[in-house]
Amino acid sequence: MNPRDRLQRAAAERILLTDGAFGTEIQNRKLAEADYRGALDLARDQKGNNDILAITRPEVPDAITRAYLDAGSDIVSTNTFSANRISQADYGAERLVAEINRESARIARVAADDYAARDGRPRFVAGAIGPTNKTLSLSPNVNDPGYREIDFDGLKDVYVEQAAALIEGGVDFLLIETIFDTLNAKAGIVAALEAAEAAGRDVPLMISMTITDLSGRNLSGHTVEAFWYAVRHARPVTIGLNCSFGAQQLRPHVQALAAIADTLLMAYPNAGLPNDLGAYDERPDQTAAHIRAWADQGLVNIVGGCCGSTPAHIRAMAAAVQGLAPRKLPKPPTVTRLAGLEPMTIAA
Amino acid sequence: MQVLKTVDPSKATPSPLGADAPLPSPRQGEGRASSTFVNIGERTNVTGSARFKKLVMAGDYAAAVEVARQQVENGAQVIDVNMDEGLLDAEHAMTTFLKLIAAEPDIARVPVMVDSSKWTVIEAGLKCVSGKPIVNSISMKEGEEEFLRYARKVRTYGAAVVVMAFDEVGQADTKARKVEICERAYRLLVGDGFPAEDIIFDPNIFAVATGIDEHRRYALDFIEACREIKARCPHVHLSGGLSNLSFSFRGNEPVRRAMHSVFLYHAIPAGLDMAIVNAGQLDVYDTIDAELREACEDVILDRRPKAGGDATERLVELAERYKGTDAATEKAAAEWRGWPVTRRLEHALVKGIDAFVVEDTEEARLEAERPIHVIEGPLMDGMNVVGDLFGAGKMFLPQVVKSARVMKKAVAHLIPFIEAEKEKSGATQGKGKVVMATVKGDVHDIGKNIVGVVLQCNGFEVIDLGVMVPWQDILRAVDENGADMIGLSGLITPSLDEMVTVATEMQREGLDLPLLIGGATTSKAHTALRIDQAYDGPVIHVLDASRAVGVASSLVSETQRDPLVARTAEEYEQVRVARARGGQNELAALAEARANAFPYDPEGKAPPPLRPGLHHYGEWPLRDLRASIDWTPFFRAWELAGTYPAILDDPVVGESARALFKDAEAMLDRIVSEHWITPRGTVGLWRCRREGDDVLVLASNEETRIPFLRQQVKKREGRANMCLADFIDPDGEDWIGGFAVGIHGLEPHLARFKDANDDYSDILLKALADRLAEAFAETLHAHVRESVWGYAGTEHLTNQQLIRENYVGIRPAPGYPACPDHSLKPALFEMLGGNPADVTLTDNFAMLPTSAVSGFYFAHRDSQYFGVARIGRDQLEDYAARRGVAVEQAERWLRPNLD
Repeated sequence: MNPRDRLQRAAAERILLTDGAFGTEIQNRKLAEADYRGALDLARDQKGNNDILAITRPEVPDAITRAYLDAGSDIVSTNTFSANRISQADYGAERLVAEINRESARIARVAADDYAARDGRPRFVAGAIGPTNKTLSLSPNVNDPGYREIDFDGLKDVYVEQAAALIEGGVDFLLIETIFDTLNAKAGIVAALEAAEAAGRDVPLMISMTITDLSGRNLSGHTVEAFWYAVRHARPVTIGLNCSFGAQQLRPHVQALAAIADTLLMAYPNAGLPNDLGAYDERPDQTAAHIRAWADQGLVNIVGGCCGSTPAHIRAMAAAVQGLAPRKLPKPPTVTRLAGLEPMTIAA
Repeated sequence: MQVLKTVDPSKATPSPLGADAPLPSPRQGEGRASSTFVNIGERTNVTGSARFKKLVMAGDYAAAVEVARQQVENGAQVIDVNMDEGLLDAEHAMTTFLKLIAAEPDIARVPVMVDSSKWTVIEAGLKCVSGKPIVNSISMKEGEEEFLRYARKVRTYGAAVVVMAFDEVGQADTKARKVEICERAYRLLVGDGFPAEDIIFDPNIFAVATGIDEHRRYALDFIEACREIKARCPHVHLSGGLSNLSFSFRGNEPVRRAMHSVFLYHAIPAGLDMAIVNAGQLDVYDTIDAELREACEDVILDRRPKAGGDATERLVELAERYKGTDAATEKAAAEWRGWPVTRRLEHALVKGIDAFVVEDTEEARLEAERPIHVIEGPLMDGMNVVGDLFGAGKMFLPQVVKSARVMKKAVAHLIPFIEAEKEKSGATQGKGKVVMATVKGDVHDIGKNIVGVVLQCNGFEVIDLGVMVPWQDILRAVDENGADMIGLSGLITPSLDEMVTVATEMQREGLDLPLLIGGATTSKAHTALRIDQAYDGPVIHVLDASRAVGVASSLVSETQRDPLVARTAEEYEQVRVARARGGQNELAALAEARANAFPYDPEGKAPPPLRPGLHHYGEWPLRDLRASIDWTPFFRAWELAGTYPAILDDPVVGESARALFKDAEAMLDRIVSEHWITPRGTVGLWRCRREGDDVLVLASNEETRIPFLRQQVKKREGRANMCLADFIDPDGEDWIGGFAVGIHGLEPHLARFKDANDDYSDILLKALADRLAEAFAETLHAHVRESVWGYAGTEHLTNQQLIRENYVGIRPAPGYPACPDHSLKPALFEMLGGNPADVTLTDNFAMLPTSAVSGFYFAHRDSQYFGVARIGRDQLEDYAARRGVAVEQAERWLRPNLD
């Protein structure tokens, strides 16, 4: 059975758990620049280059991945949010992009397979693809709204490089996450299709949008519905929302998406809103209570955490949703779905 | 739609989950989509707009962006962007323009149609557009392989596609060729996995009236081909570029507009879904000059004109007369701007034009000695003209409310200056002060707001306390403001009792100011029998807003007050005397009425539901509801009498109705496209059994008793004393349903209108929301009949048939004639899961949001609406026992059915 079928089968039985944050977990380990750098010959300061640990301190991402598996995660994602040519340029580590992704995928793969072998429960690996810090829809220059820092083909090539290495490392899915720009995601979709075709195997997509204001739009201005219409052609195995804000504020938007998306819904919010110091205070029991409210309403198939969440949060969530029915998929009518920043449907 | 099956439609729409996906739940959220026509803006097309071309050629992209913005403001639902011009680098122009409009939320909210004859330009465009755009176009002119290669790319980028009726041989001109090419393309695409609903065929609109005989059938062939393609290719759309059609009449805009409107009038019913048009330049079919319309029709439908001769010749001849008429109208329209300022203000008030009112008011202020004089002088003079015209029946309510908007804007501009003068003594002395309120437990205020505006227009100061106002607040406001009269309003029957309470309290306080009663459920009879009896001061039932001014004016007039009060008191006494004399129908004893129940026919029983239990619809598409609006009550809300659509041509109110309708349509366009409001609905279908006049409903494992009331007025031979329970099987298990719908999200828009002093839009939006709630109830009922309960199969009813209720099953609402007890709502809501459709109830069972409908579903073939009307004491006591409440409580609930 292919990963798409296996995930759908598992998700039909219960609400599944994905993992939580890597970034905050790594920060808590207070690593020194030397830890990040290892034996690599790199000109720039590597402190904060979390993704490079896959090469220099592989036991760190491995331990975090296993902590999430211990907490009950069915899906673990690779620690590759910034493992693309654009983000690695900040560390002068562009040449290592393929290796970081391959190694990160391998770490997650081995861990997931270990746990699956132990108890027979399937575990999945999602290859995480971040948004980069460039946007295809907005101009960084207020005086020149038509200017773009990057073009579609350029960004697509960046994504192809990362996606190909993740596939090589053995991921089940490609997770395009924290999408603040819908056009970036569309470039990511084209890239993922190309990389999967080159590898000669079907690697289903997981697509996750992030909302940047409470009215429910992402940075490029798309509503949740418009976003779904814009990416539905990619036949993602999951669609969802991550990061944004806490579960409480995210609920109406999860609900909007749950009503229309005829695929599994995966949502992994931050652990509440950051405090004045930028830290996340929401306790595992608090987050879990919000997530439980989602589950009670039948809104979700897969839940997990983003910024500020820990293995304890995931464990509390797993307990909170235990035994609750997963969301049933809606069967939308045959209509023509178009979208600008807002959705538009025409009876067909 | 008649479907000639050529392709398995299930293959046309691959589920993103593949074949063995988990079982789907009842569909939610998306519901059915719009079936209305989609306007695609053509002004951002260099081949369609000389001005846009000039701007782009000159590199003036800022102005070009404004063209796009105007298109969207004028109602374009999709904008077509085309840069195919020999002297342009089309790829560069396309990407530059698309990136620029991406930065404009007002424009980018609608989908883009990336239009080029060159694939490279299209692909470059697709790389700059997010959302889901439309590609225009691809075709089979380079053969099937190239065609499919492009189609796959379109899919990868996530776009819908326009397919031109063009093949290796050339462009399709006859009906047969159009149909043949489209069908072949359809099979290829769908066979390749392209979703059928993402295909839009353009079967080529060519110019007619060219004088060339072969062109005579072009329009007709297009229309006939549309019908055939729709039948052969399920789920596809049809589109066309309209401006080609009238190419022969370049420079003669009135004739071109008429041709386009006439063409659409015939092509849309044949299946044309969308067209590239200048959204701001279409005439309403009915308003086209009859002679011109007929001449256009002769040409488009290739008919021989009644007037004789050749259709083309005749249109060409007629067209001469229309040359340049556009400019003349515009000139007339602009002429009033040259008048003196006082006349301009009067004109603006009478015509309801608010575009220049602030600048005109400012001009008048600079001329006036004091700012207050502008109000007392030209503005009040203008409003007096409005008042006179309204009184004479020459102006109608919607126009008056528009005039009031202009007045409010003018006054709002003056107020800071007046305050700056700090001359409070100089404030206007109004005719009188009226405290107005919708009573406690009720949230309906359209009627009250209309009356308030009309009174203000006529010089009254109105203190509007809003909705759900308890009597304490009303009395306090009277005291604080030294009011001259009170106006109470309410829509639901419990409000009648609440009005009696207010009257009783006014009596207790020893007040003697007049009490005005209005609102949909109020009546002269109830006012006379109940409210007038509770209060010694004058009580007057005011039938509608047009009478409010007369009554209020009389009440503040020294000479007219007493005669009016005396006349009314006498009238009400007569009502009471007539009642006491037993002018009412005789009642049958409850047992007798039950013996004459409507006979239950087991043959007519509906099958069990396909999908029992609760179903939630988080957001039903507004476009869908818009198509099923019943407009007649909308005009009634504005006191325009007549049936839609005949009312639009009514010799008396037609002009007013058309203007109102146009504003309503424009607001609906924004409501729909900008997603102002959210329709939510909940449906429940439950097992039930019957016990006498009660129905015991099994919802979420709990049995709820719903007692219904039976007609007791004596019937003539052969007519039953009906009760809703009569439609439930007395001898075994049966099914019943319930529903609630609500229109959410009005508040921010109402607040915006309030800030802009725009009562007209406020009332318009509320009235439209009410219509949309009703339309939703009707649409949802159809959906339940067809797919949730599923007893009706596929009905395919037109909106007219829906309005006339030509279907099996009823949806009686608590508080309405067949089920007059509002207090059944809490039980209904509880069964629907509590706060169904996010609708809540007030203490007096009014629903919030205000635009909401709830009720029961009965599916028996014989089920029908009726009015319970008056019931006897025996049934009241029986009902109280069945409800498990004291008789006094039941008496209060059923008051309107007891007197």
